[in-house]
Amino acid sequence: MSRLLPFFGFVLLVALLVFGLRWNRTHDMNWVPSPLIDKPAPEFTLPLLYDSAKTVDRKDLLGKPWLLNVFGSWCVTCQDEHPVLMAYAKKFGVRLIGLNWKDDPDTAKRWLARFGNPYDTILVDTDGKAGIDFGVYGAPETFLVDAQGVVRYKHIGNLTPESIDRELKPAIARLRTE
Amino acid sequence: MKRLVLIIVVLLAGLNAAFAIDPLPFKDRAEEVRFQNLTRQLRCLVCQNQDLADSDADLAKDLRRQVFQMMQEGKTDDQIKQYLVSRYNDFVLYDPPLHAGTWLLWFGPFAFLALGAFVVLRILRQRARAPLPPTDSGEDW
Repeated sequence: MSRLLPFFGFVLLVALLVFGLRWNRTHDMNWVPSPLIDKPAPEFTLPLLYDSAKTVDRKDLLGKPWLLNVFGSWCVTCQDEHPVLMAYAKKFGVRLIGLNWKDDPDTAKRWLARFGNPYDTILVDTDGKAGIDFGVYGAPETFLVDAQGVVRYKHIGNLTPESIDRELKPAIARLRTE
Repeated sequence: MKRLVLIIVVLLAGLNAAFAIDPLPFKDRAEEVRFQNLTRQLRCLVCQNQDLADSDADLAKDLRRQVFQMMQEGKTDDQIKQYLVSRYNDFVLYDPPLHAGTWLLWFGPFAFLALGAFVVLRILRQRARAPLPPTDSGEDW
């Protein structure tokens, strides 16, 4: 028995190595869990992209759930994500609010004219302050906020059909059953 | 040739430093030291192996400005850290606080040390109990 002990130790180490390799492949090492989940969305008052005289704040959006998609025309991954948003925006069944983050409004408008506008409303956060309040660290990011204004789900990076089916759709469905 | 390389290296090094430091209007040296000290304890979210003081990422610049602004408002270091933790998690702190979620991180190494000590002790005891091998093997030389 005691002769086999080093062998068991070796098997244990190999198992640990396999676990580590798999973990690395399936987990994004840059992923930082949001402390905002199940907490009220931060306060904000932001101008609209297409009507900068008007502002929208957190209270205006209460009553119905909404998705907040953080994007910028400078963000390459947002361009990858864009066709997915165009295809899914109407299928989510909740409002899709865009947060134009650290961007020039005119460039953003040109970008949207070229690639299409999937958003119901677009808010402008030129200095990035609202983004910081939401804990945004890399666009695109997407938040699901419920009718009470509580953040329920966050996706970091581009939404893909797979991630939408696997995570976002069930999260929206959960809001419906409450 | 060597001199040319040296000149290029020096120039590049200077460039690097110029990028990493934004011109913030510190009122005195003490405030600047406090700022540098604080941003060195905070992690950049974008390039996660850099601290906020060194990072050239756009978000890091914004966060440095935010830290500076909060210092001007008279916030303490702890208040500023709390501000960032409530948005970006404990992850922004290079020195993770002790709570239920981090006890494995803090005490894990000690648990492994204890486990190792236990195994070594067991082996030593077993050896002590085992009869000594015969000194005379009986072989003829």
